[in-house]
Amino acid sequence: MRNTLLATVSLAAMLVTGAASAQDGTIKVGVLATLEGTYTVLGEDGVRGLKTAMNEVGDKVGGKNIELIIQSTDASPDSAVRGARKLVEQDKVDIVIGPLSGSEGIALRDYAKTQPQVTILNGISGAQETTFVDPAENFFRFNMDGAQWGAGLGEYVFNDKGWKNVAAVAEDYSFGYTNFLGFAHGYCDAGGKIVERLWVPLGTKDFGSIIAALPDDVDAIYLGLGGGDAVNFLNQYQQAGGDANLIGGTIMVDGTVLSAKGDAKKALIGTPSSGPQADTWDDPKWQAYVKSYQDSFPPDQRFPSPSLLATGYYNATHAAMQCLNDVKGDLSDGQKSFRQCLTGLELDAPNGKIVLDGNRQAVGSNFVIEVVELDDGNLATKMVKKVDNVTQTLGQDEAEFRKLGLPSRDILECS
Amino acid sequence: MRRFIEQRPIWSVILFCLAAVLIWMIFAVWPQWLTSLIGRKKIFLNALFNGITLGGLYFLVASGFTLIFGLMRNVNLAHGSLYLLGGYIGYGVASSTGYWILAFPVSFFVVGAFGVLLQFFVFRRMEGQDLRQTLVTIGISIVMADLMLWIWGGDFYNINPPSWLSGPIETFFITGVKRSTGEFIFMKYPIVRLVILAASVVIGFGMWLLLNRTQIGMMIRAGVDDRDMLSATGARIQLVFVGVFAFGAGLAGLAGVVGGTFQSIAPGEDIRFLLASLVVVIVGGMGSITGAAIGAALIGLAEQFGSVYLPTYAVVVTFVIMVAVLAFRPQGIMGKA
Repeated sequence: MRNTLLATVSLAAMLVTGAASAQDGTIKVGVLATLEGTYTVLGEDGVRGLKTAMNEVGDKVGGKNIELIIQSTDASPDSAVRGARKLVEQDKVDIVIGPLSGSEGIALRDYAKTQPQVTILNGISGAQETTFVDPAENFFRFNMDGAQWGAGLGEYVFNDKGWKNVAAVAEDYSFGYTNFLGFAHGYCDAGGKIVERLWVPLGTKDFGSIIAALPDDVDAIYLGLGGGDAVNFLNQYQQAGGDANLIGGTIMVDGTVLSAKGDAKKALIGTPSSGPQADTWDDPKWQAYVKSYQDSFPPDQRFPSPSLLATGYYNATHAAMQCLNDVKGDLSDGQKSFRQCLTGLELDAPNGKIVLDGNRQAVGSNFVIEVVELDDGNLATKMVKKVDNVTQTLGQDEAEFRKLGLPSRDILECS
Repeated sequence: MRRFIEQRPIWSVILFCLAAVLIWMIFAVWPQWLTSLIGRKKIFLNALFNGITLGGLYFLVASGFTLIFGLMRNVNLAHGSLYLLGGYIGYGVASSTGYWILAFPVSFFVVGAFGVLLQFFVFRRMEGQDLRQTLVTIGISIVMADLMLWIWGGDFYNINPPSWLSGPIETFFITGVKRSTGEFIFMKYPIVRLVILAASVVIGFGMWLLLNRTQIGMMIRAGVDDRDMLSATGARIQLVFVGVFAFGAGLAGLAGVVGGTFQSIAPGEDIRFLLASLVVVIVGGMGSITGAAIGAALIGLAEQFGSVYLPTYAVVVTFVIMVAVLAFRPQGIMGKA
C-alpha cells in the first residue's frame, strides 16, 4: 500500500516537473554518446566536443535556457534506440544530438521516423545508408559519411606516392565497406589495382594469419581497422617483421589509435590517410577551435588535440545552437522554422564550411593527411591536401552512383 | 595408447593417416596442385603456428578457470576481469621498471593475492550455493570493469617486449623454393610468439607434474573427485581451496601480461577472454587440465584457420565446434560423465 502511494506521488511529481520545464523557457537537448564498452574513449571525446561548443555559446540560447541530458550507449544499435527512447519518451527532450557509431545511426534514422516531433542531429556516425537510403525528415547529419572521408586519398596515393597496386585488410561491417569505397573510388579511377581484399570480423584481436596471407608483391597495404583491432594489427605486424607501406582508413589514424600506450602505433608514422580533419592544420579557425578545446579541459582529461569525434559533436552542437538563436528558441509547429534553418544553414565549421544536401547530409571538405611525430613524441596528422565540396556521391551523378550499389565487400572491382 | 589402438582400430588408422598428412604438409615442399587448391604454404604454416600460440594464451586463461571449477564447483565469471587486471598491472610494471620479464611474477602474485581475498571474503561465505556464487561473480566482474575503466581509462595498452624478442626469426620450416636460384625459402616467425608458446607448454607441463606427481596434487585430485571424503580424511581442504584459487587467479593475471604483449589490453577484453575460456572449458571438459589444453589448441586453430580459409564464417567456426562437442560428447572431450 505504502509503495503504491509512493509510486503515485513520485509519478505525479515527475509529470509536474515535466510539464513545468516545457513552459519556463527551457529547451531540453538529449545527447547520445558511447560512454561504455569498447568505444568509451571515443564517446568521451565526443562529449568533450559538445561541451566545448556549449562553453562557446553560453547556457542561454535564443533567450532560452539549454538543459543537457547525456545518455550513454555502447555502440550497439539497440542501446542507441533504448537511449533515444529514454531521452525522447521519458525526459521529453526537444532535440537529440548523437549517435556516434555507424550502425547506431541507421537505427536512429528508423527511430526518428516514429518521433516526428523531435529533431535529431547526428553526432559523428558515418554509415552511408543513414542518409542515403530512405532518409528521415527529422534526421540531420552535419558530418560526412565514411565514403566521403575517403575522398582524395586514392588519387594522392596513386599519383603522388606512386603506389600502383595495393592489398586491403578492412573490417567486415557497414562502416568498413563505406570507408573503403571512398578510397577505392578514387584509386580505381586513377588507374590503381586492388589485388586482394581481406575482410576481418569486427573485434578480431589476432591477425597473425591475416598478416601471413598478405601478398608480398604489392606497393602498399590499405588498413581499414579501428580501435583495439588497429592497435593489435600494428603490434603483430611489427612482430612479424612487416615493413610494407601502409595506407590508413579514417579511424585507423584517429586520436584513439595515435594515443594508444606502447610502441605499436609508431608503425603508422608517415602513413597517408584521409578524414574530416587534420590535427595540425594551420587555418586560424581550426587553431582557435583546438585552443578552445584545450582550454575547456585540463590536459590529463583530454587528448592533446580534439579527435574527429569531438569535432563531429562540436559541429552538430554549433549547428543546433546557431539555428535556435536564429529562430529565437521557437520550436512550435513541429519545429518547422528550426528545421528550415538547419536545412539552409551554411555552417562555418573549424574543418571547413559545411552545407546540407537534399537528404540533410553534409557536403564539406575532406583532408588527405599523413601521420607525423611531433616534437613532444605524440603522433598527429598533418594535412597534405584538402578536397572541397565532397558530396555524398563523391562528385558522381546520383543515379550513376546508386548503380554502383551500396557499399559491400566487392564494390568497385579493379584488380 | 596401446589400449586405445586395440579398442578402436579404425579410428587409430584414421588418426595416424591424418597425422602423417599433417606432418608431410608441414615439412614437404608443396607441389603446384596443392598450392592452387588451398593457397600458399606460408599461409598454412602461419595459420597452424598462430593457432597453436593463440591456443597457448587461451590455455593459460582457461586452465585456472577449469582448475577452480573442478575443485570448488564454482563458476568464477570474474575470471576475465582477473585477466584484464593482470594485463594492466603488467603494463605498469613493465613500463615503469623497463623489465618486461618482471611483469610476469608481479602480475602473478598480485592477481593471485586478489584471488585469495575473493576466496576468503566472498566464496567461502556461500560455499555450495552455485547460483549465488555465479550471480555474485557477475556482479564483481561488472564492478571491476568499471573500476579499471576509472583507473586506466579506455585507452589501448601494449606491453612492449624487450628488443631481442621483437621482430621475426627465421625457422627451419620450408615455405617454398625460389624460382630463380632454387634456394629454399624459410618461414619467418615472430620470436615473441614462440617464447609465449614455449612458456605455456612449460607451465602446462609443470601443472601436470604438480597434479600427478606431488602430494598437493594428490589432494587436489582427490578434492575434484570427492570433496567431502577428502575433508573427512583430515586434509585441510580450506587451505587447498585458497591455494588453488590463488594459483588459478595468478595464471589469469600472467595470461594478461602475455595477452598485452602480443595483442592489447583494453576494456571489453575481460568479457572476450571469459567467453573464450568458457568455450575452451566446455569443449575440453570441465575440471580437466588436459582437456583445457586440447580445447584451447582446437579453438585457437579454429580461429586462425577460419580467419584465412573461411573469412566470412570465422566467428562461427568456434561455436560450431562447441555445438558439435555438446551434441556428441556433452561432458567435453576429456570430461568425466
